[in-house]
Amino acid sequence: MSGDGTTTKVYALHGAVIAVLVALNFVLPEYHHGVLARVLVLAVFAMGYNLLFGYVGLLSLGHAMFFSAGLYGAGLPLYHLGWGVVPAFAGGIGAGFTVSLFIGLLALRTSGVAFMIVTMMFAQVFYLTTLYFGEWTRGDEGLVLQQHTRRIALGSETLDLTNPATRYLMAVALFAATLFATLAIVRSRHGRVLVAIRENEERTKMLGYDTFANKLAAVVTSGVICAAAGAAYALLFGYVGSTFASVQYSILPLLWVLLGGAATTLGPLLGTLFMYYVVDITSGYTSAYMLVVGAMLILLVLWFRKGVLGTVRERWLRWLP
Amino acid sequence: MSVTLTIAGLDCFYGEVQVLHGLELELRKGEVLCLLGRNGAGKTTTLKAIMGLVPARAGSITLGTSELTELPAHEVPRAGIAYVPQGRRLFAELTVAENIEIGLMTRNKGKMVRENVLDLFPVLRERLKQRSGTLSGGEQQMLAMARALCLEPEVLLLDEPTEGLMPSMIAKIRETVTGLRERGVSTILVEQRVDAVLSVADRVAFIENGRNRETVDVTQLRDDPEMVRRYVGVG
Repeated sequence: MSGDGTTTKVYALHGAVIAVLVALNFVLPEYHHGVLARVLVLAVFAMGYNLLFGYVGLLSLGHAMFFSAGLYGAGLPLYHLGWGVVPAFAGGIGAGFTVSLFIGLLALRTSGVAFMIVTMMFAQVFYLTTLYFGEWTRGDEGLVLQQHTRRIALGSETLDLTNPATRYLMAVALFAATLFATLAIVRSRHGRVLVAIRENEERTKMLGYDTFANKLAAVVTSGVICAAAGAAYALLFGYVGSTFASVQYSILPLLWVLLGGAATTLGPLLGTLFMYYVVDITSGYTSAYMLVVGAMLILLVLWFRKGVLGTVRERWLRWLP
Repeated sequence: MSVTLTIAGLDCFYGEVQVLHGLELELRKGEVLCLLGRNGAGKTTTLKAIMGLVPARAGSITLGTSELTELPAHEVPRAGIAYVPQGRRLFAELTVAENIEIGLMTRNKGKMVRENVLDLFPVLRERLKQRSGTLSGGEQQMLAMARALCLEPEVLLLDEPTEGLMPSMIAKIRETVTGLRERGVSTILVEQRVDAVLSVADRVAFIENGRNRETVDVTQLRDDPEMVRRYVGVG
Protein backbone atom coordinates (compact mmCIF):
# COMPACT_ATOMS: atom_id res chain seq x y z
CA MET A 1 0.00 0.00 0.00
CA SER A 2 2.24 2.73 -1.15
CA GLY A 3 2.49 5.48 -3.71
CA ASP A 4 0.89 8.89 -3.84
CA GLY A 5 -1.63 7.81 -6.49
CA THR A 6 -2.97 5.07 -4.26
CA THR A 7 -3.17 7.35 -1.24
CA THR A 8 -5.13 9.94 -3.23
CA LYS A 9 -7.53 7.29 -4.54
CA VAL A 10 -8.07 5.87 -1.05
CA TYR A 11 -8.84 9.24 0.55
CA ALA A 12 -10.98 10.33 -2.41
CA LEU A 13 -13.09 7.17 -2.12
CA HIS A 14 -13.58 7.52 1.62
CA GLY A 15 -14.32 11.23 1.30
CA ALA A 16 -16.88 10.48 -1.41
CA VAL A 17 -18.63 7.93 0.80
CA ILE A 18 -18.94 10.50 3.60
CA ALA A 19 -20.16 13.14 1.12
CA VAL A 20 -22.88 10.77 -0.15
CA LEU A 21 -23.96 10.00 3.41
CA VAL A 22 -24.24 13.71 4.21
CA ALA A 23 -26.18 14.34 0.99
CA LEU A 24 -28.61 11.54 1.84
CA ASN A 25 -29.67 13.56 4.88
CA PHE A 26 -31.51 15.89 2.52
CA VAL A 27 -33.15 13.38 0.22
CA LEU A 28 -34.03 10.26 2.21
CA PRO A 29 -37.63 9.63 3.21
CA GLU A 30 -38.26 9.81 6.96
CA TYR A 31 -38.28 6.07 7.56
CA HIS A 32 -35.03 5.35 5.74
CA HIS A 33 -33.46 8.41 7.31
CA GLY A 34 -34.00 6.84 10.74
CA VAL A 35 -32.88 3.40 9.58
CA LEU A 36 -29.67 4.73 8.06
CA ALA A 37 -28.79 6.65 11.23
CA ARG A 38 -29.13 3.38 13.17
CA VAL A 39 -27.15 1.47 10.52
CA LEU A 40 -24.31 4.00 10.71
CA VAL A 41 -23.98 3.59 14.47
CA LEU A 42 -24.07 -0.20 14.14
CA ALA A 43 -21.51 0.05 11.32
CA VAL A 44 -19.17 1.80 13.77
CA PHE A 45 -19.67 -1.21 16.05
CA ALA A 46 -18.79 -3.47 13.09
CA MET A 47 -15.71 -1.36 12.29
CA GLY A 48 -14.47 -1.86 15.84
CA TYR A 49 -15.04 -5.59 15.48
CA ASN A 50 -13.33 -5.62 12.09
CA LEU A 51 -10.18 -4.05 13.52
CA LEU A 52 -9.64 -7.08 15.73
CA PHE A 53 -11.11 -9.82 13.56
CA GLY A 54 -10.15 -8.59 10.10
CA TYR A 55 -6.75 -7.07 10.71
CA VAL A 56 -5.40 -9.09 13.66
CA GLY A 57 -7.25 -12.34 12.95
CA LEU A 58 -8.63 -12.64 16.49
CA LEU A 59 -12.15 -14.06 16.41
CA SER A 60 -14.02 -12.74 19.43
CA LEU A 61 -17.51 -13.72 20.51
CA GLY A 62 -17.59 -11.13 23.25
CA HIS A 63 -17.89 -7.81 21.50
CA ALA A 64 -21.47 -7.29 22.72
CA MET A 65 -19.76 -6.67 26.05
CA PHE A 66 -17.77 -3.73 24.65
CA PHE A 67 -20.79 -2.28 22.85
CA SER A 68 -22.94 -2.56 25.96
CA ALA A 69 -20.12 -1.22 28.19
CA GLY A 70 -20.46 1.98 26.15
CA LEU A 71 -24.26 1.74 26.18
CA TYR A 72 -24.47 1.39 29.97
CA GLY A 73 -21.42 3.57 30.62
CA ALA A 74 -23.26 6.45 28.95
CA GLY A 75 -26.87 5.52 29.73
CA LEU A 76 -26.71 4.75 33.45
CA PRO A 77 -25.05 7.99 34.61
CA LEU A 78 -27.31 10.01 32.33
CA TYR A 79 -30.43 8.25 33.64
CA HIS A 80 -29.54 7.88 37.32
CA LEU A 81 -27.04 10.66 37.99
CA GLY A 82 -28.30 13.34 35.63
CA TRP A 83 -25.05 13.61 33.67
CA GLY A 84 -25.06 15.67 30.49
CA VAL A 85 -24.68 14.14 27.02
CA VAL A 86 -20.97 14.91 26.61
CA PRO A 87 -19.81 13.54 30.00
CA ALA A 88 -22.10 10.54 29.49
CA PHE A 89 -20.50 9.84 26.09
CA ALA A 90 -17.04 10.15 27.69
CA GLY A 91 -18.25 7.81 30.46
CA GLY A 92 -19.24 5.24 27.84
CA ILE A 93 -15.85 5.41 26.18
CA GLY A 94 -14.12 5.20 29.57
CA ALA A 95 -16.16 2.11 30.44
CA GLY A 96 -15.22 0.53 27.10
CA PHE A 97 -11.55 1.30 27.64
CA THR A 98 -11.54 -0.21 31.14
CA VAL A 99 -13.46 -3.34 30.20
CA SER A 100 -11.43 -3.99 27.03
CA LEU A 101 -8.12 -3.48 28.81
CA PHE A 102 -9.13 -5.92 31.55
CA ILE A 103 -10.51 -8.50 29.09
CA GLY A 104 -7.51 -8.09 26.79
CA LEU A 105 -4.99 -8.72 29.56
CA LEU A 106 -6.76 -11.97 30.47
CA ALA A 107 -8.11 -13.28 27.17
CA LEU A 108 -4.90 -12.70 25.17
CA ARG A 109 -3.23 -15.39 27.22
CA THR A 110 -5.20 -17.70 24.93
CA SER A 111 -5.53 -17.88 21.16
CA GLY A 112 -7.74 -19.41 18.46
CA VAL A 113 -10.82 -21.27 19.67
CA ALA A 114 -9.87 -20.71 23.31
CA PHE A 115 -9.84 -16.93 22.75
CA MET A 116 -13.29 -17.14 21.18
CA ILE A 117 -14.67 -19.12 24.13
CA VAL A 118 -13.03 -16.97 26.79
CA THR A 119 -14.39 -13.75 25.27
CA MET A 120 -17.84 -15.32 24.97
CA MET A 121 -17.76 -16.40 28.64
CA PHE A 122 -16.79 -12.90 29.79
CA ALA A 123 -19.55 -11.43 27.64
CA GLN A 124 -22.08 -13.81 29.17
CA VAL A 125 -20.96 -12.77 32.64
CA PHE A 126 -21.43 -9.15 31.60
CA TYR A 127 -24.89 -9.93 30.19
CA LEU A 128 -25.96 -11.75 33.35
CA THR A 129 -24.62 -8.87 35.42
CA THR A 130 -26.89 -6.44 33.57
CA LEU A 131 -29.82 -8.73 34.40
CA TYR A 132 -28.75 -9.26 38.01
CA PHE A 133 -28.65 -5.53 38.72
CA GLY A 134 -32.14 -5.13 37.28
CA GLU A 135 -33.01 -2.52 39.88
CA TRP A 136 -30.57 -0.19 38.09
CA THR A 137 -30.70 -1.50 34.53
CA ARG A 138 -34.28 -2.85 34.30
CA GLY A 139 -32.81 -5.86 32.51
CA ASP A 140 -34.44 -6.84 29.24
CA GLU A 141 -37.04 -4.16 29.56
CA GLY A 142 -34.29 -1.57 29.62
CA LEU A 143 -34.20 2.14 30.30
CA VAL A 144 -35.66 4.82 28.09
CA LEU A 145 -33.61 8.01 28.20
CA GLN A 146 -35.97 10.98 28.26
CA GLN A 147 -35.85 13.43 25.39
CA HIS A 148 -34.98 16.41 27.59
CA THR A 149 -31.86 14.61 28.88
CA ARG A 150 -30.51 14.14 25.35
CA ARG A 151 -29.77 17.76 24.54
CA ILE A 152 -26.45 19.55 24.40
CA ALA A 153 -26.37 23.23 25.35
CA LEU A 154 -24.08 25.23 23.05
CA GLY A 155 -24.22 28.77 24.40
CA SER A 156 -27.64 30.11 23.51
CA GLU A 157 -28.27 27.21 21.09
CA THR A 158 -29.31 23.66 21.93
CA LEU A 159 -28.32 20.58 19.98
CA ASP A 160 -31.27 18.24 20.25
CA LEU A 161 -30.24 14.65 19.60
CA THR A 162 -33.86 13.59 19.28
CA ASN A 163 -34.24 15.75 16.17
CA PRO A 164 -33.99 13.33 13.18
CA ALA A 165 -31.61 15.52 11.14
CA THR A 166 -29.32 16.19 14.11
CA ARG A 167 -29.36 12.54 15.06
CA TYR A 168 -28.51 11.51 11.52
CA LEU A 169 -25.68 14.02 11.16
CA MET A 170 -24.25 13.04 14.53
CA ALA A 171 -24.29 9.41 13.39
CA VAL A 172 -22.50 10.43 10.17
CA ALA A 173 -19.95 12.42 12.19
CA LEU A 174 -19.20 9.44 14.44
CA PHE A 175 -19.01 7.14 11.42
CA ALA A 176 -16.67 9.51 9.55
CA ALA A 177 -14.39 9.97 12.55
CA THR A 178 -14.18 6.20 13.08
CA LEU A 179 -13.68 5.51 9.38
CA PHE A 180 -10.73 7.88 9.07
CA ALA A 181 -9.30 6.75 12.40
CA THR A 182 -9.48 3.13 11.23
CA LEU A 183 -7.92 4.09 7.91
CA ALA A 184 -5.07 5.85 9.72
CA ILE A 185 -4.51 2.87 12.00
CA VAL A 186 -4.43 0.24 9.25
CA ARG A 187 -2.06 2.34 7.13
CA SER A 188 0.22 3.06 10.08
CA ARG A 189 3.25 1.09 11.24
CA HIS A 190 1.12 -0.45 14.02
CA GLY A 191 -1.49 -1.50 11.45
CA ARG A 192 1.08 -3.29 9.33
CA VAL A 193 2.38 -5.12 12.38
CA LEU A 194 -1.19 -6.21 13.18
CA VAL A 195 -1.56 -7.70 9.70
CA ALA A 196 1.81 -9.42 10.12
CA ILE A 197 0.57 -10.94 13.40
CA ARG A 198 -2.53 -12.18 11.61
CA GLU A 199 -0.40 -13.75 8.91
CA ASN A 200 2.15 -15.38 11.22
CA GLU A 201 2.47 -14.41 14.86
CA GLU A 202 5.61 -16.39 15.62
CA ARG A 203 7.41 -14.91 12.59
CA THR A 204 6.40 -11.41 13.68
CA LYS A 205 7.86 -12.10 17.09
CA MET A 206 11.04 -13.39 15.44
CA LEU A 207 11.34 -10.04 13.64
CA GLY A 208 11.45 -8.29 17.00
CA TYR A 209 7.86 -7.22 17.63
CA ASP A 210 6.14 -7.53 20.99
CA THR A 211 3.06 -9.28 19.63
CA PHE A 212 1.23 -9.32 22.99
CA ALA A 213 1.52 -5.54 23.36
CA ASN A 214 0.36 -4.98 19.78
CA LYS A 215 -2.60 -7.33 20.20
CA LEU A 216 -3.54 -5.71 23.51
CA ALA A 217 -3.48 -2.29 21.85
CA ALA A 218 -5.76 -3.67 19.13
CA VAL A 219 -8.22 -5.16 21.65
CA VAL A 220 -8.41 -1.85 23.52
CA THR A 221 -8.81 0.21 20.32
CA SER A 222 -11.47 -2.19 19.08
CA GLY A 223 -13.22 -2.10 22.47
CA VAL A 224 -13.17 1.70 22.60
CA ILE A 225 -14.64 1.99 19.08
CA CYS A 226 -17.41 -0.48 19.95
CA ALA A 227 -18.07 1.36 23.21
CA ALA A 228 -18.28 4.66 21.32
CA ALA A 229 -20.91 3.04 19.11
CA GLY A 230 -22.78 1.77 22.19
CA ALA A 231 -22.66 5.17 23.90
CA ALA A 232 -23.84 6.88 20.71
CA TYR A 233 -26.68 4.36 20.37
CA ALA A 234 -27.88 5.12 23.90
CA LEU A 235 -27.70 8.88 23.40
CA LEU A 236 -29.10 9.05 19.86
CA PHE A 237 -31.88 6.50 20.17
CA GLY A 238 -32.60 6.82 23.88
CA TYR A 239 -32.69 3.16 24.78
CA VAL A 240 -30.40 1.10 27.02
CA GLY A 241 -31.30 -2.58 27.36
CA SER A 242 -29.56 -5.85 28.16
CA THR A 243 -30.54 -7.31 24.75
CA PHE A 244 -27.49 -5.48 23.41
CA ALA A 245 -25.28 -7.42 25.81
CA SER A 246 -26.60 -10.81 24.67
CA VAL A 247 -24.56 -13.21 22.53
CA GLN A 248 -26.64 -12.28 19.49
CA TYR A 249 -24.92 -8.89 19.45
CA SER A 250 -21.54 -10.59 19.49
CA ILE A 251 -22.45 -12.68 16.46
CA LEU A 252 -24.07 -9.90 14.43
CA PRO A 253 -20.91 -7.79 13.94
CA LEU A 254 -19.09 -10.95 12.85
CA LEU A 255 -21.76 -11.55 10.18
CA TRP A 256 -21.73 -7.91 9.06
CA VAL A 257 -17.96 -7.97 8.70
CA LEU A 258 -17.88 -11.32 6.91
CA LEU A 259 -20.55 -10.12 4.53
CA GLY A 260 -18.98 -6.74 3.74
CA GLY A 261 -15.40 -7.98 3.70
CA ALA A 262 -13.07 -8.58 6.62
CA ALA A 263 -9.98 -6.35 6.72
CA THR A 264 -11.55 -3.76 4.45
CA THR A 265 -12.31 -0.32 5.87
CA LEU A 266 -15.66 0.10 4.10
CA GLY A 267 -16.80 -3.54 4.32
CA PRO A 268 -18.46 -3.16 7.74
CA LEU A 269 -20.74 -0.39 6.45
CA LEU A 270 -21.73 -2.42 3.42
CA GLY A 271 -22.35 -5.59 5.46
CA THR A 272 -24.38 -3.82 8.14
CA LEU A 273 -26.45 -1.91 5.60
CA PHE A 274 -27.18 -5.00 3.51
CA MET A 275 -28.04 -7.25 6.45
CA TYR A 276 -30.20 -4.62 8.14
CA TYR A 277 -32.29 -4.07 5.04
CA VAL A 278 -32.58 -7.76 4.20
CA VAL A 279 -33.96 -8.43 7.70
CA ASP A 280 -36.14 -5.34 7.52
CA ILE A 281 -37.67 -6.24 4.16
CA THR A 282 -38.04 -10.01 4.59
CA SER A 283 -39.53 -9.70 8.08
CA GLY A 284 -42.35 -7.73 6.45
CA TYR A 285 -43.31 -10.80 4.41
CA THR A 286 -42.62 -13.79 6.67
CA SER A 287 -41.94 -14.66 10.28
CA ALA A 288 -39.29 -17.11 9.02
CA TYR A 289 -37.15 -14.22 7.84
CA MET A 290 -33.99 -15.61 9.44
CA LEU A 291 -34.27 -18.59 7.08
CA VAL A 292 -34.20 -16.21 4.13
CA VAL A 293 -31.28 -14.32 5.66
CA GLY A 294 -29.42 -17.60 6.20
CA ALA A 295 -29.97 -18.70 2.59
CA MET A 296 -28.78 -15.35 1.28
CA LEU A 297 -25.70 -15.48 3.45
CA ILE A 298 -24.83 -18.94 2.13
CA LEU A 299 -25.18 -17.71 -1.45
CA LEU A 300 -23.07 -14.65 -0.76
CA VAL A 301 -20.35 -16.68 0.90
CA LEU A 302 -20.34 -19.04 -2.11
CA TRP A 303 -19.95 -16.17 -4.58
CA PHE A 304 -17.94 -13.77 -2.43
CA ARG A 305 -15.72 -15.90 -0.22
CA LYS A 306 -13.90 -12.88 1.18
CA GLY A 307 -17.02 -10.76 1.57
CA VAL A 308 -18.20 -8.25 -1.01
CA LEU A 309 -15.38 -5.72 -0.76
CA GLY A 310 -12.76 -8.37 0.04
CA THR A 311 -13.62 -10.06 -3.26
CA VAL A 312 -13.71 -6.75 -5.13
CA ARG A 313 -10.23 -6.00 -3.79
CA GLU A 314 -8.91 -9.42 -4.69
CA ARG A 315 -10.27 -9.37 -8.24
CA TRP A 316 -10.26 -5.76 -9.33
CA LEU A 317 -9.17 -3.04 -6.91
CA ARG A 318 -5.93 -4.11 -5.27
CA TRP A 319 -5.48 -0.66 -3.73
CA LEU A 320 -8.65 -0.89 -1.65
CA PRO A 321 -7.68 -0.67 2.05
CA MET B 1 39.16 -14.76 15.70
CA SER B 2 36.90 -13.40 18.48
CA VAL B 3 33.78 -15.23 19.62
CA THR B 4 30.41 -13.63 18.84
CA LEU B 5 27.93 -16.11 20.28
CA THR B 6 28.49 -18.70 22.98
CA ILE B 7 26.14 -21.50 23.99
CA ALA B 8 27.07 -23.30 27.19
CA GLY B 9 25.39 -26.26 28.90
CA LEU B 10 22.07 -25.64 27.15
CA ASP B 11 19.12 -27.88 28.09
CA CYS B 12 15.84 -27.50 26.17
CA PHE B 13 12.63 -29.49 26.36
CA TYR B 14 9.47 -29.94 24.30
CA GLY B 15 7.02 -30.64 27.11
CA GLU B 16 8.72 -33.33 29.15
CA VAL B 17 10.92 -34.55 26.30
CA GLN B 18 14.48 -33.26 26.52
CA VAL B 19 15.80 -32.27 23.09
CA LEU B 20 19.06 -30.46 23.89
CA HIS B 21 21.37 -32.01 26.48
CA GLY B 22 23.98 -29.57 27.74
CA LEU B 23 24.73 -28.25 24.24
CA GLU B 24 28.02 -26.40 23.80
CA LEU B 25 28.69 -24.20 20.75
CA GLU B 26 30.82 -21.23 19.82
CA LEU B 27 30.29 -18.94 16.85
CA ARG B 28 33.24 -16.80 15.84
CA LYS B 29 32.98 -13.36 14.32
CA GLY B 30 32.50 -13.42 10.56
CA GLU B 31 32.42 -17.19 10.17
CA VAL B 32 29.86 -19.58 8.69
CA LEU B 33 29.25 -22.38 11.17
CA CYS B 34 27.22 -25.26 9.81
CA LEU B 35 25.17 -27.60 11.99
CA LEU B 36 25.04 -31.11 10.55
CA GLY B 37 23.12 -34.04 11.95
CA ARG B 38 20.31 -36.52 11.39
CA ASN B 39 16.64 -35.50 11.51
CA GLY B 40 15.59 -34.91 15.12
CA ALA B 41 19.17 -34.34 16.29
CA GLY B 42 18.29 -30.87 17.64
CA LYS B 43 19.62 -28.54 14.92
CA THR B 44 16.44 -26.49 14.43
CA THR B 45 15.79 -26.54 18.17
CA THR B 46 19.21 -24.97 18.69
CA LEU B 47 18.26 -22.09 16.38
CA LYS B 48 14.85 -21.71 18.06
CA ALA B 49 16.52 -21.71 21.48
CA ILE B 50 18.84 -18.91 20.39
CA MET B 51 15.77 -16.93 19.27
CA GLY B 52 14.01 -17.57 22.57
CA LEU B 53 11.23 -19.54 20.89
CA VAL B 54 12.10 -22.66 22.90
CA PRO B 55 12.86 -21.77 26.52
CA ALA B 56 16.16 -22.87 28.05
CA ARG B 57 15.77 -24.82 31.30
CA ALA B 58 19.50 -24.70 31.98
CA GLY B 59 22.61 -23.19 30.45
CA SER B 60 23.35 -19.89 28.78
CA ILE B 61 23.37 -18.25 25.36
CA THR B 62 25.59 -15.18 25.26
CA LEU B 63 25.82 -12.61 22.46
CA GLY B 64 28.69 -10.26 23.26
CA THR B 65 27.82 -9.29 26.83
CA SER B 66 24.06 -9.95 26.54
CA GLU B 67 22.52 -13.07 28.07
CA LEU B 68 19.85 -14.05 25.56
CA THR B 69 18.04 -16.61 27.73
CA GLU B 70 16.90 -13.73 29.96
CA LEU B 71 15.32 -11.79 27.09
CA PRO B 72 11.74 -12.22 25.84
CA ALA B 73 11.66 -13.66 22.30
CA HIS B 74 10.76 -10.35 20.63
CA GLU B 75 13.86 -8.64 22.03
CA VAL B 76 16.35 -11.17 20.64
CA PRO B 77 16.20 -9.73 17.07
CA ARG B 78 16.74 -6.24 18.51
CA ALA B 79 19.91 -7.57 20.15
CA GLY B 80 21.25 -8.33 16.67
CA ILE B 81 20.17 -11.82 15.65
CA ALA B 82 18.06 -12.56 12.59
CA TYR B 83 16.43 -15.89 11.85
CA VAL B 84 15.27 -17.30 8.52
CA PRO B 85 13.21 -20.35 9.44
CA GLN B 86 12.72 -23.48 7.40
CA GLY B 87 9.85 -23.04 4.92
CA ARG B 88 10.42 -19.23 4.65
CA ARG B 89 7.24 -18.23 6.50
CA LEU B 90 6.56 -14.97 4.73
CA PHE B 91 3.52 -12.79 5.33
CA ALA B 92 1.83 -14.19 2.25
CA GLU B 93 -0.95 -11.57 2.01
CA LEU B 94 1.52 -8.68 2.16
CA THR B 95 3.46 -7.42 -0.83
CA VAL B 96 7.23 -7.79 -1.19
CA ALA B 97 7.66 -4.10 -0.25
CA GLU B 98 5.50 -4.50 2.86
CA ASN B 99 7.41 -7.61 3.97
CA ILE B 100 10.66 -5.69 3.70
CA GLU B 101 9.19 -2.70 5.51
CA ILE B 102 8.14 -4.90 8.45
CA GLY B 103 11.78 -6.01 8.70
CA LEU B 104 13.06 -2.43 8.51
CA MET B 105 10.71 -1.12 11.18
CA THR B 106 12.04 -3.38 13.95
CA ARG B 107 15.31 -1.54 14.39
CA ASN B 108 14.15 1.70 12.73
CA LYS B 109 16.35 1.12 9.68
CA GLY B 110 16.00 3.55 6.84
CA LYS B 111 16.00 3.77 3.09
CA MET B 112 19.72 3.05 2.74
CA VAL B 113 19.41 -0.37 4.37
CA ARG B 114 16.42 -1.10 2.15
CA GLU B 115 18.42 -0.20 -0.95
CA ASN B 116 21.40 -2.29 0.19
CA VAL B 117 19.17 -5.28 0.75
CA LEU B 118 17.47 -4.87 -2.63
CA ASP B 119 20.90 -4.58 -4.27
CA LEU B 120 21.68 -8.02 -2.87
CA PHE B 121 18.49 -9.44 -4.40
CA PRO B 122 17.73 -7.38 -7.53
CA VAL B 123 14.91 -9.69 -8.57
CA LEU B 124 12.90 -8.46 -5.58
CA ARG B 125 13.12 -4.89 -6.83
CA GLU B 126 11.08 -5.93 -9.85
CA ARG B 127 8.46 -7.57 -7.65
CA LEU B 128 7.94 -4.93 -4.95
CA LYS B 129 4.18 -4.62 -5.49
CA GLN B 130 3.60 -8.36 -5.89
CA ARG B 131 1.93 -10.33 -3.10
CA SER B 132 4.69 -12.43 -1.53
CA GLY B 133 2.56 -15.57 -1.49
CA THR B 134 2.63 -15.56 -5.29
CA LEU B 135 6.46 -15.56 -5.61
CA SER B 136 8.38 -18.64 -6.70
CA GLY B 137 10.12 -20.75 -4.03
CA GLY B 138 13.51 -19.21 -4.75
CA GLU B 139 12.17 -15.68 -4.72
CA GLN B 140 10.38 -16.37 -1.46
CA GLN B 141 13.65 -17.60 0.05
CA MET B 142 15.40 -14.43 -1.13
CA LEU B 143 12.63 -12.30 0.38
CA ALA B 144 12.86 -14.20 3.68
CA MET B 145 16.61 -13.52 3.72
CA ALA B 146 16.15 -9.90 2.63
CA ARG B 147 13.65 -9.30 5.41
CA ALA B 148 16.04 -10.78 7.96
CA LEU B 149 18.94 -8.69 6.64
CA CYS B 150 16.87 -5.52 7.11
CA LEU B 151 17.70 -5.94 10.79
CA GLU B 152 21.41 -5.54 9.92
CA PRO B 153 22.18 -8.49 12.20
CA GLU B 154 25.51 -9.45 13.71
CA VAL B 155 24.40 -13.06 13.62
CA LEU B 156 22.25 -14.70 10.96
CA LEU B 157 20.53 -18.05 11.56
CA LEU B 158 19.55 -19.94 8.40
CA ASP B 159 17.50 -23.12 8.59
CA GLU B 160 17.84 -25.20 5.41
CA PRO B 161 17.73 -22.22 3.03
CA THR B 162 18.34 -24.30 -0.09
CA GLU B 163 15.62 -26.87 0.56
CA GLY B 164 13.55 -27.48 -2.56
CA LEU B 165 15.27 -24.82 -4.67
CA MET B 166 16.62 -25.12 -8.20
CA PRO B 167 20.41 -25.03 -8.68
CA SER B 168 20.60 -21.41 -9.87
CA MET B 169 18.78 -20.25 -6.74
CA ILE B 170 20.99 -22.40 -4.53
CA ALA B 171 24.05 -20.75 -6.09
CA LYS B 172 22.56 -17.33 -5.37
CA ILE B 173 21.92 -18.21 -1.72
CA ARG B 174 25.51 -19.49 -1.35
CA GLU B 175 26.84 -16.35 -2.96
CA THR B 176 24.83 -14.22 -0.52
CA VAL B 177 26.07 -16.14 2.53
CA THR B 178 29.66 -15.78 1.32
CA GLY B 179 29.13 -12.05 0.72
CA LEU B 180 27.75 -11.58 4.25
CA ARG B 181 30.80 -13.32 5.71
CA GLU B 182 32.97 -10.76 3.95
CA ARG B 183 30.95 -8.00 5.64
CA GLY B 184 31.64 -9.56 9.05
CA VAL B 185 28.22 -11.16 9.61
CA SER B 186 28.45 -14.47 11.49
CA THR B 187 26.11 -17.21 10.25
CA ILE B 188 24.82 -20.44 11.71
CA LEU B 189 23.59 -22.59 8.88
CA VAL B 190 21.51 -25.73 9.23
CA GLU B 191 21.93 -27.66 6.01
CA GLN B 192 21.29 -31.22 4.83
CA ARG B 193 23.26 -30.91 1.57
CA VAL B 194 26.86 -31.82 2.24
CA ASP B 195 28.04 -30.16 -1.01
CA ALA B 196 26.47 -26.88 0.15
CA VAL B 197 28.19 -27.22 3.50
CA LEU B 198 31.58 -27.85 1.94
CA SER B 199 31.24 -24.86 -0.38
CA VAL B 200 30.30 -22.17 2.18
CA ALA B 201 31.09 -23.31 5.73
CA ASP B 202 34.21 -22.42 7.71
CA ARG B 203 33.52 -24.92 10.46
CA VAL B 204 31.04 -27.73 10.96
CA ALA B 205 29.42 -28.84 14.24
CA PHE B 206 28.02 -32.37 14.32
CA ILE B 207 24.86 -32.43 16.41
CA GLU B 208 23.69 -35.81 17.70
CA ASN B 209 20.94 -36.44 20.27
CA GLY B 210 20.98 -32.81 21.33
CA ARG B 211 24.73 -32.65 21.94
CA ASN B 212 27.57 -31.15 19.94
CA ARG B 213 29.72 -34.25 19.34
CA GLU B 214 32.52 -32.51 17.50
CA THR B 215 33.32 -29.20 15.81
CA VAL B 216 35.82 -29.34 12.96
CA ASP B 217 37.23 -27.05 10.26
CA VAL B 218 35.67 -27.66 6.88
CA THR B 219 39.10 -28.55 5.44
CA GLN B 220 39.23 -31.45 7.91
CA LEU B 221 35.86 -32.60 6.63
CA ARG B 222 36.99 -32.49 3.02
CA ASP B 223 39.95 -34.70 3.94
CA ASP B 224 37.83 -37.16 5.92
CA PRO B 225 34.45 -37.88 4.24
CA GLU B 226 33.98 -40.78 6.64
CA MET B 227 33.24 -38.23 9.35
CA VAL B 228 30.02 -37.17 7.63
CA ARG B 229 28.95 -40.79 7.19
CA ARG B 230 29.55 -41.43 10.86
CA TYR B 231 27.29 -38.61 12.13
CA VAL B 232 24.80 -38.06 9.35
CA GLY B 233 24.63 -41.42 7.63
CA VAL B 234 25.33 -40.02 4.14
CA GLY B 235 28.44 -38.85 2.41
